[in-house]
Amino acid sequence: MDRWRAALRPALPLATNHLGGDDKVTPQLISVVTSTVAQQTARPPWWRDIRILRVVVQVAATAVIGLILYVLWFNLTNNMRRIGIELGFDFLQQPVGVSVTGSDISAGSAVWRALVVGIKNTFALVVVGLPLLTIIGVLVGVARLSTNWLVAKAATIYVETLRNIPPLLVILVAFFVGILPLPTIQDPVEIFDLAIVNNRFIAVTGFTANPGFSTFMWIMLGALVVSAIVWRWRTAVFDASGKPHHRVLWSLGVMLGLGVVGFLVIGRPFELSKPVLDGRVLTGGYSGLGGYFAMLVALVLYTASHVAEIVRGSILAVPKGQTEAANALALSGFQRLRHVTLPQAMRIALPPTINQYLNYVKNTSLGIAVGYSEVTLIAFQAVGNGRPAPQMVLILMASYLVFSLVISAVVNVLNRRLQLVTQ
Amino acid sequence: MTASDTVDIQIPEESLQPIEPGLRGWAWVRRHLVSTWYNAVLTLFMAGVFAVALWWVVRFLFVTDFEILRVNLALMMVGGFPRDQLWRPSAALIITALLIGVIAGMATASALERARQSEVEFTAAGPLTLVRRFWPLLVFIVAVLLLTQTLTPWLIAGASLVSGVGGYSIGRVLPSAVRRFGLVLVVVLLVAIYAVLSGGGIGWDQWGGLQLNVFLTVAGIALAFPLGLLLALGRRSTLPALRVASVAYIEFIRGVPLITLLLMGIFVIGFFLPSGLRPGNVTRVLIAITLFESAYIAEVVRGGLQSVAKGQVEAAQAVGLSPWKNMRLIVLPQALRNTIPAMVGQFISLFKDTTLVIIVGMIDILGASQAANAQAPFLAQGLHLVTLPFVGFAFWVGSYTMSREARRLERKLGVGER
Repeated sequence: MDRWRAALRPALPLATNHLGGDDKVTPQLISVVTSTVAQQTARPPWWRDIRILRVVVQVAATAVIGLILYVLWFNLTNNMRRIGIELGFDFLQQPVGVSVTGSDISAGSAVWRALVVGIKNTFALVVVGLPLLTIIGVLVGVARLSTNWLVAKAATIYVETLRNIPPLLVILVAFFVGILPLPTIQDPVEIFDLAIVNNRFIAVTGFTANPGFSTFMWIMLGALVVSAIVWRWRTAVFDASGKPHHRVLWSLGVMLGLGVVGFLVIGRPFELSKPVLDGRVLTGGYSGLGGYFAMLVALVLYTASHVAEIVRGSILAVPKGQTEAANALALSGFQRLRHVTLPQAMRIALPPTINQYLNYVKNTSLGIAVGYSEVTLIAFQAVGNGRPAPQMVLILMASYLVFSLVISAVVNVLNRRLQLVTQ
Repeated sequence: MTASDTVDIQIPEESLQPIEPGLRGWAWVRRHLVSTWYNAVLTLFMAGVFAVALWWVVRFLFVTDFEILRVNLALMMVGGFPRDQLWRPSAALIITALLIGVIAGMATASALERARQSEVEFTAAGPLTLVRRFWPLLVFIVAVLLLTQTLTPWLIAGASLVSGVGGYSIGRVLPSAVRRFGLVLVVVLLVAIYAVLSGGGIGWDQWGGLQLNVFLTVAGIALAFPLGLLLALGRRSTLPALRVASVAYIEFIRGVPLITLLLMGIFVIGFFLPSGLRPGNVTRVLIAITLFESAYIAEVVRGGLQSVAKGQVEAAQAVGLSPWKNMRLIVLPQALRNTIPAMVGQFISLFKDTTLVIIVGMIDILGASQAANAQAPFLAQGLHLVTLPFVGFAFWVGSYTMSREARRLERKLGVGER
């Protein structure tokens, strides 16, 4: 009888409920319990069986989504046939119908070539902007926590102003305040022969490649590898003996030295090139269009204000004991920031910062406001010139998806490394 | 652009306390302005920057000729709204004030009641507190009124004030039995606002100016919310088909800029519809915004769903709630309460993003600013530097006020503190 009791104990409350509180194991009780257990283990009717319901719901959902997509596709093909637009991507070979300033794209160039130029222009904004906005964001974020009251207030005003106005407006302000009032191209400002500034473009002295430049690039790549090895060696020395490692100095020195040697051996693989304006034609140097600088400055400042907020929050989220410990070790304010607070804050800050990077990339699509020919503007103009809109928008979305995926992939790898290293 | 503008980082309360509270006078100056020589240099430099900035602001306010704003004020506020029907937006404004008043009144009343039940001190915010909290809004309203050329806007502002205060008193005295159906009242008033604005054969395709920005924001969030909720539930579902579909949609939308969706709305949506259907531009833009925003709201709601402790769901299962009741009575109320601050952030970023409609040729407040600068008397005089700051101020007032209120609410709700 005791074995019965033990076996039935889990079911007892249930059974005694049925029998009105009597917890003696009687045949009646056993029959109630077994029937309850049987009820629970038997398969319910199929319309209440979770295993079947799961399948049914998924099939139904797939069917509904499929149906919606089918209707959309049906309408699309139907409408396009009716209007007489082709479905495929042959139009990429047709002329784009607009010329793009600052490139060799004219009205007769193929659509795909114009799109490639647009993607390059978008990339030019991204590749310069992301490092810039990171630096400004970190500086302002740290400044917001400064003990210097004026500095903290200035940083707060900057953040609270920029964060709360639309990026499109910031771009327009940058254009109308920073670029348009510059002198015209007929009467440009030349700064010591090194730079030309007017409201069409800004050109600065750059470099041009001579024969042998590719060899030089290979040498520099080798130098990079060597300096990485030197870095590891200095780290090993530091780990083993505790002597100061001076990794940065050593690596940079080795790299620069090898670069100078390579430069001399090949014999001027590149040289300075000054911008020269002849009428309206610019040659030499590095140049960017006014729209580019307006976009760059506006979006960097706008996104940096968001990054600054993230940096500030992350620094504050570092446990206070860390700061106190750093103070107890008599680290200076800068040392505390550099070695204790920022490395820990970085881990917290990285995921939301990735979001801001992606926002920056997406905001580069606003070049249309100042006539900067990034990929969206070119797609917009091509559609305006009769190229089929559905395919163009699809290509446009795909190119931004690729941008986003690449950036989040890169930063995610970085993130994983950071998290692992510090755990 | 969009994506969460809010920063989801938990800051411990102690970090927000000043390091050495209670410094006064010269000690404060020494500590906060000239503690080291480089701090002194920084202070001097920043003082210079502040002086220049102040000089600019003063010069802007007192020297600039605001004629372009005066002439185009109606364009900025309501765009191309038929000028003989301007009483409609005015009436809508007065009803909006009533709506806000009623909500505030009801919120105060229920807060008072809860405070009485739990025997804690609670005093409703007085007018002075309100001024301190909403001063940017007040400054904006006064600025707009100062730019008007007739008396009518002053009368409308006065009427709005009266109806707001009236609504507040009504909300305060409503018995709690009626208050339970407050949402119905809010919806009725919202419908009334819409009816007044779109009556007399004026469709929303004739709306413009700041009114269009506000409409697109409110309607976009309202339409995207149910969709976003479904997507969030789909993303957390254990059914692979639903999960994959939701994740694909959310990640696709989050990977592309809003403007590509707007272009799709303007140029492509027509292709997807049966050939007879030709929606107007505002409708197209609204569809694009809804599709876009639902993905972001889905992520916000997902965050809220994740914040609900697992024990809550398990406890609900243990007392025998069905999955549906579990979701409706246990999970969603807690999850949605936790999403309020992030949702406000989403609201703010959509508010800023509505300016993108100028790219597809609509006259919102930013578009009105551009249009004003293309008018013959104001062409090519650099007057963008007058109109753009005004537009920027309008957005700043809205976004800053909302984000501050959201932070207040967050503290009050104690989100993230449990």
